[in-house]
Amino acid sequence: MLADKDRIFTNLYGFQPWGVEHAMKRGDWADTKSLMAVGQDAIIQQVKDSGLRGRGGAGFSTGLKWSFMPKEPKDGRPSFLVVNADESEPGSCKDREIIRNDPHKLIEGALIAGYAMRARAAYIYIRGEYIREAEVLFAAVEEAYAKGFIGKNACGSGYDFDVFVHRGGGAYICGEETAMIESLEGKKGQPRLKPPFPAGVGLYGCPTTVNNVESIAVVPTILRRGPDWFAGIGRPNNQGTKLFQISGHVNKPCVVEEAMSLPFRELIDVHCGGIRGGWDNLLAVIPGGSSVPLVPAHEIIDAPMDFDGLRELKSGLGTAAVIVMDKSTDIIRAIARISYFYKHESCGQCTPCREGTGWMWRVMERLASGDAEPHEIDMLLEVTTQVEGHTICALGDAAAWPIQGLIRHFRPEIEARIAKRRGFVSVPEIAQAAE
Amino acid sequence: MSDYSDFKWTDANVAEAERIIGRYPKGREASAIMPLLWLAQYQMRDMTGVAWLPLPVIEFVAAQIGMPKIRALEVATFYTMYNLQPVGRFHVQVCGTTPCMLRGSDDILRACADKGLKKGEVTNDGLFTLTEVECLGVCANAPMVQVNDDNYEDLTYESMTAILEDLIAGRTPKPGSQIGRQTSCPEGGPTTLKEIA
Repeated sequence: MLADKDRIFTNLYGFQPWGVEHAMKRGDWADTKSLMAVGQDAIIQQVKDSGLRGRGGAGFSTGLKWSFMPKEPKDGRPSFLVVNADESEPGSCKDREIIRNDPHKLIEGALIAGYAMRARAAYIYIRGEYIREAEVLFAAVEEAYAKGFIGKNACGSGYDFDVFVHRGGGAYICGEETAMIESLEGKKGQPRLKPPFPAGVGLYGCPTTVNNVESIAVVPTILRRGPDWFAGIGRPNNQGTKLFQISGHVNKPCVVEEAMSLPFRELIDVHCGGIRGGWDNLLAVIPGGSSVPLVPAHEIIDAPMDFDGLRELKSGLGTAAVIVMDKSTDIIRAIARISYFYKHESCGQCTPCREGTGWMWRVMERLASGDAEPHEIDMLLEVTTQVEGHTICALGDAAAWPIQGLIRHFRPEIEARIAKRRGFVSVPEIAQAAE
Repeated sequence: MSDYSDFKWTDANVAEAERIIGRYPKGREASAIMPLLWLAQYQMRDMTGVAWLPLPVIEFVAAQIGMPKIRALEVATFYTMYNLQPVGRFHVQVCGTTPCMLRGSDDILRACADKGLKKGEVTNDGLFTLTEVECLGVCANAPMVQVNDDNYEDLTYESMTAILEDLIAGRTPKPGSQIGRQTSCPEGGPTTLKEIA
């Protein structure tokens, strides 16, 4: 378990006010100038050395990503930082807590990250549904300007840096980095083909890096405590602290900052009061937000909650949005509802996704009611592979993987439901994962 | 103003619109389309009690930033939160995605149905529109509903019913957790940083 002294988000639950005076008492904006004075390349090196991997789901090295930005402006084009606060992945609710309770960590992080990558401004793109959260963020940015922390000569560093807040309008796809850039430019949020990558051609055709809220908000603390401190938490290649968001069938759902690589069992027992009905009642877990495949109970109980540990289970850490399902769950319906989500959120640009997400959802609904033919399970599996990898962005993959995970682990359950519906009740319908 | 073709900003919003446009580089005024549509939808709510964007209002916003009408309409239709049809005074948005479903969003929808709310419809008195929405990012406090600008979290059939009854009676229910939890802290008190809490 993470020691209290190692926590970054000391106001995660908002027991204290979010305002700048209180944030400064918590250590934010403390001599930010000297953090910047080490120089841009040294900041990037420290972030690389800390082992920080992007907290938005993909897990790419944050420092390495920053190093792709040009060191000199090309033909007069400025560079931009875009902070992805379009938190919309089902299960994910961590950036919300940072924004409404610790917004100055994010704004200070945006300044330092923006300086390191030689950006002239940051746009924080916050999802439209975070209405009260956006109000806090707008006000916190105003406070930071009033204190001289951002704007001209930010923190007395000699560097000019602006921070702007931009509200979304209710489209999950805008969490995809190039869709977010399109949306910021005043267009429909439809992803762009890559290459060119945003670091070359991003917002307004200028070099741009898009980072998740949590990735940016942890940076000032990493620089203050040193990269070795951060890298010393968790397993190699999976370092640092992480905000876990536990929802579903635990006794006490919550958001909590923990050490990476903490075993699932400890996470649930220490912070969530255990599984509803006890550990024997656990059916399956979606460990990283709705787009990662589910993991059956016996595989996850003692697994380390990190990038590599969950990849070994053919799933992923994603945003560390842990959706817990006990044996009362209709697992087929639970995944069918996720399929509906992706059908609803497909931007419609690529045919495999536009048509495939609807098709897959309709078959999933029939599997949930049992109103299907047994051979349709394999047909559905085949169609998921036709969608996966055949679209501009990863939404197609995200729609395919939960279904693949369901069929991989719960095929007997699906078959039993079809048999029952057709009147063959010989196969008992047991809510149990296939071994 | 029956067809809203004479829509224009209030004095306060003239200034606000200028501030919004100023957030984006010169020549990139198109970026302001989303915040300006938000501003217009809020002004419609203040003026008429109904938060929505009639076509002439969208065209007004497009004209201000020199954007072709069809581009503005493309944006307004792409994003779900711009209401292209009138909604009730209270837009009741029940999250039905899996994390909320696991915690009982069916009960929340049932509580709405029992008060006469139907999905996608405005109630006859104009008070409510019910929409089942996709994940609102409040999963550790599921199930939840967003009513206009506020969230109501950790709901049950009973607490949802009480919220609707408050709204009908003209009272303002207290937003946030309905079981007295501090934000997304574990129920009963934090498991971390206990001395600060």
